[in-house]
Amino acid sequence: MNLLVEIALGHLRTRRRQTLVSLTGVALGVGFFVAVAAMMQGFQSYFVAKVIDVSPHILVKDEVRVPPVQPVEAAYPGGAVRLLGLKPEEELRGIKNGLARVAELDRLEGVAAAPVLSGQMILRYGSRDVSAQILGIEPEGQRRVSNLERDMTAGELDDLFATANGIVLGAGLAERLGAERGDTVTALSTAGVVMNMKVVGLYETGITEMDNAQSYALLKKVQVLEDRPNVVDQIRLRLADVDRAEGLARRIEQRFGYRTESWQEQNQNVLGLFVVQNAIMYSTTGAILVVAAFGIFNIVSTVVLEKVRDIAILKSLGFDSRDVERVFVMEGLLVGLAGMLVGWGLGWLLIELLASVRFDIEGFVKSEGFKLNRSFLNYALAGAAAVVAATLAAWLPARKAARVDPVEIVRGAA
Amino acid sequence: MAPPESATTADPFAAAKPDTGPLLRAERATRVLSGPKAGAVPVTLVEDIDLTVGRGEFLAITGPSGSGKSSLLYLLGLLDRPTRGEVYLDGQPTRELSDAKRARLRLEKLGFVFQFHFLLPEFDSLHNVTLPLRKLGRLAARDIDARGLLLLRELGLEDCARKHPFQLSGGQRQRVAVARALANDPEAILADEPTGNLDTHNAATVFDIFAHLAGEHGRSVVVVTHDQDLAARCHRRVVLVDGRIVDQG
Repeated sequence: MNLLVEIALGHLRTRRRQTLVSLTGVALGVGFFVAVAAMMQGFQSYFVAKVIDVSPHILVKDEVRVPPVQPVEAAYPGGAVRLLGLKPEEELRGIKNGLARVAELDRLEGVAAAPVLSGQMILRYGSRDVSAQILGIEPEGQRRVSNLERDMTAGELDDLFATANGIVLGAGLAERLGAERGDTVTALSTAGVVMNMKVVGLYETGITEMDNAQSYALLKKVQVLEDRPNVVDQIRLRLADVDRAEGLARRIEQRFGYRTESWQEQNQNVLGLFVVQNAIMYSTTGAILVVAAFGIFNIVSTVVLEKVRDIAILKSLGFDSRDVERVFVMEGLLVGLAGMLVGWGLGWLLIELLASVRFDIEGFVKSEGFKLNRSFLNYALAGAAAVVAATLAAWLPARKAARVDPVEIVRGAA
Repeated sequence: MAPPESATTADPFAAAKPDTGPLLRAERATRVLSGPKAGAVPVTLVEDIDLTVGRGEFLAITGPSGSGKSSLLYLLGLLDRPTRGEVYLDGQPTRELSDAKRARLRLEKLGFVFQFHFLLPEFDSLHNVTLPLRKLGRLAARDIDARGLLLLRELGLEDCARKHPFQLSGGQRQRVAVARALANDPEAILADEPTGNLDTHNAATVFDIFAHLAGEHGRSVVVVTHDQDLAARCHRRVVLVDGRIVDQG
């Protein structure tokens, strides 16, 4: 065995308990990082996959991002113009020339587009009123931009054509209403139109927010319900390559002028939450490592003080400062490496433990049990962080050891 | 499985080298302690030392406490650097050499024995003795242990090879320290009150070893001592007072 490693191990053996405590600290840091990261990344990537699977990759809305400039403001740019009591022009809302634009987008390579009219309404069944969103779709186009058909747990999309006023409800929504397939519910729109609709199907995507609040009907029927004949207020796009979404969304917005959101933007509240979540995770598990590093700093400092005579004799025997520095850095490195290995085992155990837990959660997404990301990368990252922290923590006292002047020590030791 | 002959021959020391001038030479060597550790006034430890140590010479440095005996020894042993003047080892000036190079010279050519044994408590005797051999790395692992055992036998410590320092008597510890100083077959042994903590019998044993090394093997031995009886056994006696040589016998 390497001589310096042997000396380092000898020192650690004299501080067995402290070494064990620091090693445990490193192991806990590594283990928890691996487990928590697996849990969070697992959940996050599951969520993102779900979102990409279920919601449109790009959504064109009948809104503009910036309110239109008033003529007087355009005439005097930068002037001291103040408009009081301005009454915005009431335009007919909706995407102008919607169907033609759908056709235009649909012609793009790797892009499928479908028109939608969305509206708010209250669904009444028996004595229950539930507010819900209704999306008017064309089943033919919808099939190409979403997996709605696949997610249906009862009935089929084409059943919408089979009745006069058919409606497909989210599973959670149906449950809240107490309605089942074949029941007739009453829809009351914000435009004041009342329509009896027959539940022809149910769907469940796993994304709670959708399942609890969205329903689908034929585009024509929704136009009647909302009293907006021939209006389309959304274009939903699905891409072959989801990574193109943000770029394409910007180009569409520039061309059409309508607010166009990629899936990232539609879910930015949740994705932003993930960033915060990750920051919390990294800083918490990082803090464990920092505490462990302090422990290592503590041991190595103590050993340096305690072994100052040994350092002096090593130097007088012909070991140079760098050998001495290496001995003590090695001590941190050894604790870091051992802690890393134990931590990997601990992390693996924790992950298996979490994986064996079964329960139903209904947060952003519906799932039974933890989604876990057993990535090798997390092990590597946690291990590297532990070893670097441990080595750095040992390096500070090691430099002090390297500077020990043997003459000073042997002179005083007589 | 017999170790190679070179490592197990009865005498662990090579024959004396041809005389190519003095082994150690101090030329107007002065050591002044200054800076924060020395206090407000710089302290002169030794001043204008001119001293030559020949090969095979057994030299005693004596003098009252605080006269600079140890400081001179540390200068000669390349543990400390002279503030002014020069120290030559084998004709090579050493003052301007880097710390690493000076450490290498100590490893190859010099062996130290101090008043305190300075054995590493985590290691057994054999391990302590072979430390410089392993650092030098010229022998195979098997030969290193063979040479270590040979050195221990030479000092009458063959039963102590696997004992740790805390299991040894004071005399045994100091002899292990001597064996360690001899590990790399150094050209000079530098000893700082090596018998200070020993009884008369053990002191005599250690001195016998030094006399043997100087007489039979042509190694230079420099001993700092204030034991006049022992100093009288050396070839030459240098007396230091207030950091200056007053007598070079």
